[in-house]
Amino acid sequence: MSETSLAISKISDLANPTRFLALAQRIIPWMAAATAICLIIGLYLSFSTKGDYQQGETVRIMYLHVPSAWLSMMCYTVMSISAIGTLVWRHPLADVSAKAAAPLGAAFTLLALVTGSLWGKPMWGTWWVWDARLTSVFILFLMYLGLVALNRAIDDPSRAARVTAVLILVGFVNIPIIKFSVDWWNTLHQPASVVRLAGPAIDPEFLRPLFVMAIGFTLLFFTLHIMAMRNEIWRRRVAAQRRLAARMASRED
Amino acid sequence: MTALFFRDLKLSIRAGGGALIGVLFFLTVVAVIPFGVGPDLNLLSRIGPAIVWIGALLAALLGLDRLFQAERDDGSLDLMLMQETPLVLTVLVKCFAHWTATSLPLVIASPFLGLFMNMDEVAIGATMLTLLAGSPAITFIGAVGAAVAVALPRGGLLVSILVLPLTIPVLIFGVSATYAAVEDPAPFLPPFLILIALTMFFAVIGPAGAALALRNTSD
Repeated sequence: MSETSLAISKISDLANPTRFLALAQRIIPWMAAATAICLIIGLYLSFSTKGDYQQGETVRIMYLHVPSAWLSMMCYTVMSISAIGTLVWRHPLADVSAKAAAPLGAAFTLLALVTGSLWGKPMWGTWWVWDARLTSVFILFLMYLGLVALNRAIDDPSRAARVTAVLILVGFVNIPIIKFSVDWWNTLHQPASVVRLAGPAIDPEFLRPLFVMAIGFTLLFFTLHIMAMRNEIWRRRVAAQRRLAARMASRED
Repeated sequence: MTALFFRDLKLSIRAGGGALIGVLFFLTVVAVIPFGVGPDLNLLSRIGPAIVWIGALLAALLGLDRLFQAERDDGSLDLMLMQETPLVLTVLVKCFAHWTATSLPLVIASPFLGLFMNMDEVAIGATMLTLLAGSPAITFIGAVGAAVAVALPRGGLLVSILVLPLTIPVLIFGVSATYAAVEDPAPFLPPFLILIALTMFFAVIGPAGAALALRNTSD
């Protein structure tokens, strides 16, 4: 068996929800512990390192703002991959994954918007500007909410997942626009300074806590995502059991 | 395909004055703005292009839910799914028909509204040109929303919420191209070419996405 087909069979093993639940049961405590450790170290580092010479103490907002902004985009990417899984392979867990990720993405996007606004008041003197980056992230937030609403509006879960998947993929157009908005339009928000070809442009002093916080946030996202997927599977089982019970009851009458 | 185009065109023009309703809505939206911001002619001429664009965008969304709903109700959607011509092509033709019936009248009506807004000739011409180039993109994006809405029991409002965020790039470049034509230092061509690129891009993405959604909703 070649390597790719082996990998595919690994993924399709997970299509069995029972197996996924068993796996989730085993790894959730570990992931939660790793998340807690990373966040504790990250928070300690972000409060112990010195403030910026220009921005003072407010620079610490960055340690919350930047990871949540990264995650708001990564979450949409995870949803897009799940959407491809739904449409191409009809993978049952992909439906669950996309549905579970949408509220999480909305939450991280909201966090990025709120922390950015709190940071913008002392730095730029305003809570909100219609700058390219801010506006595109705000649109992303609206898209998350719309996707959640659409998924809830259709009763049949598999049909809801397929319809939502189409819209997720169309909306993916927005992600590169957000990523490069600060480079394409020269506006108030500062240009990319961590992930770029010429290497990070910020001091290692700030990069270290930021890096630990980013890992912590990513772990937090995946922990919450797997937990939400587990809850969704259980919810569907309960619904199926109820339907079965109702059918039995109506047959007895 | 030509037959489908003319059939759709006739249907949407005859169904309760479809084209006229859109233009009327457009007129109402634009007419309401001066009541809101006050009848200051200088201010109106400055924000005029943006208002005409927003009005056209809202009016274009108005008839979108009818794009596939009627076919779904009378069962001809199933026939379209079963026929041999690719569904993407059918959707594309339906989009063109919908655009001709609802958006083209808006483009034609826009100069008159520009006069209300005290815009000069260059601004009116630029608005009309950018609307002509940009409004097909709105129809193509809206087709995805309309296809998604077919699955919903009452999806009209939800479609607008889903479609509007996706149309924002079109609005941005349409309005910025118009302003570039009016104000001297900014060049007109780059934003206008991006607008055309957006229309072509969504001409590919939109019908493909709509066809995918239609196939998945009818099972």
